[in-house]
Amino acid sequence: MDSSVLLNLGMQLGWLILLVLMIVVPLLITVAYVTYAERKVLALVQLRMGPNLVGPFGLLQPFADGLKLIAKETIIPTGANRALFVAAPILLFFLSLVSWAVIPFDVGLVLADINVGVLYLFALSSLGVYGIIIAGWASNSKYSFLGSLRSAAQMVSYEVSIGLVIITVLLLAGSMNLSTIIIGQAGGITGWYIWPLLPMFFIFFISGLAETNRCPFDLPEGESELVGGFNTEYSSMTFALFFLGEYANMILMSAMTAVLFLGGWHSPIPGDDVIPGLVWFAAKIAFCLFVFIWVRATMPRFRYDQLMRLGWKIFLPFSLLYVVGVAAYVTFFRGAL
Amino acid sequence: MPYIPYLGEYFPVLIFLAIAVVLSSAMVGMAYLVARQKPDKEKNSAYECGFEAFDSARRRFDVRYYLVAILFIIFDLEVAFLFPWAITLDDGSVFAFWSMMVFLGVLTIGFIYEWKKGALEWE
Repeated sequence: MDSSVLLNLGMQLGWLILLVLMIVVPLLITVAYVTYAERKVLALVQLRMGPNLVGPFGLLQPFADGLKLIAKETIIPTGANRALFVAAPILLFFLSLVSWAVIPFDVGLVLADINVGVLYLFALSSLGVYGIIIAGWASNSKYSFLGSLRSAAQMVSYEVSIGLVIITVLLLAGSMNLSTIIIGQAGGITGWYIWPLLPMFFIFFISGLAETNRCPFDLPEGESELVGGFNTEYSSMTFALFFLGEYANMILMSAMTAVLFLGGWHSPIPGDDVIPGLVWFAAKIAFCLFVFIWVRATMPRFRYDQLMRLGWKIFLPFSLLYVVGVAAYVTFFRGAL
Repeated sequence: MPYIPYLGEYFPVLIFLAIAVVLSSAMVGMAYLVARQKPDKEKNSAYECGFEAFDSARRRFDVRYYLVAILFIIFDLEVAFLFPWAITLDDGSVFAFWSMMVFLGVLTIGFIYEWKKGALEWE
C-alpha cells in the first residue's frame, strides 16, 4: 500500500472519530443538564428552589457533582469479583452510548444509516440486563443482588411489550431503517404514527419508564427496602457511570419515542421548513424527558406484583392483539384504499 | 465516503463502539488515579445496615425470577420472528398474514395455559 492510500484512510478515520465525538460530547452535556433539569423540575413541583448556588441559577451544579464524584475513592468490596465489579458499570455506560450511532437527528444527519436500525436498538437495549446482573452478582452484597434480580426481571418483562409495540410501527412503516420510518411520517402532525397507534404509544412510554428503572417502576432502587439496589456497593466514577447510563438511556428512550411515534425531525405543521428539523427533534426529546420527570414528581411507587401483572397480563396481551389488528389492516385494507 | 470493504455502513458503528469502550474505561481509570485510594477493612466490607455480613450473598435464585426469564425467552424469540415478517407484510401477502396468525395462535394457547397455571401470579 502506498502512502497516499494510507493517508486517505487515516483522514477518513479521523473524520469518523470527529463525527462520533460530535455525538458523544453533546450527549454527555445533555445528560448533565437532564440531571439538573430533573432537580429543578422536581423542586418547582414541590415549591422549592432546587440547585441555585453553583453558577447562575445553579447551572454549573452538574459539573460540580461530576468533579466531586471523580475526586472520590473507588471502593471495591473485599468479597466482590474485582474485574466484573468494575466491568459492569463500564458495560452499562457503553451500551447507553453506542445506541446513538443509528439515531437520525435530521435529514441525512445520521452516523450509520443501517437498514436494521430498529433491530440494532432493540438488541442493545436487551444487553443492558447483563450490566445489571453482573453488577448485582459481582458486588456480593444482598441488597445489590436482590436489586439486580428485580431490575432484570422487570426490564425483561417490559422488553417484550416494547418489542411488540415496535412491531406495530414496523408494520406501518415497512422498514427497519430509522430514517425511512421518520420519512413515512411526513405531512405534519396528522401523519405521525402516534395517531393510528395511540394505545401503543402509551404502552411504549410506560414500558420505557420500566425499562429505564424510572419512577413509578423504580423498585430496583426502592431505597426504603433495598438501599440503592444493584448499585449499593458502588462509589466514585463506577457509581457515576450507572447514573449517567440511566439518564443517557432516558434520553435514548425519548429519542426512540420521537422517532417511532412523533415524526422525528418533522415539524407538526405541514410544509413548514423555517425551523430546522434538528430543533424539532430536540424539542420532542425534551418534551418526553419532561414527562419522565413529571411522572417521577407525581406518581407513587408501584408494588412488585402490580408491576409484573401490568407487564404480563395487560400490556403483553393487548399489544399482541394490536399487532394482529395492524397486520390485518396492512394486509387487507391498506392496499385496497 | 469509501469505507473498508465488508463493513460498509457498519464501519462508523465499529468506530463508535471503540470510542465508547475507551471513553467509559477512561472515566473509571481517571477517577481511580485522581482520587486518593485509602481502603480499610470496614470500608471494604459489604453493606448490610451496619451489621457484619451474615453470610455470602450468592444465594439460590427464586424460581419466580427463573420463570420470568423463561417466559421472556419465548416471547422475545417470537418478537424476533415478527421483525422480518413485519417489514415484508406490506407487499399484501395474505399467505404471510395467515401463516403468522397460526404461529401466534399456537403461542397464545401456550400463553393462556401459563396464565391458567398461575405462572404469571406473583405472591
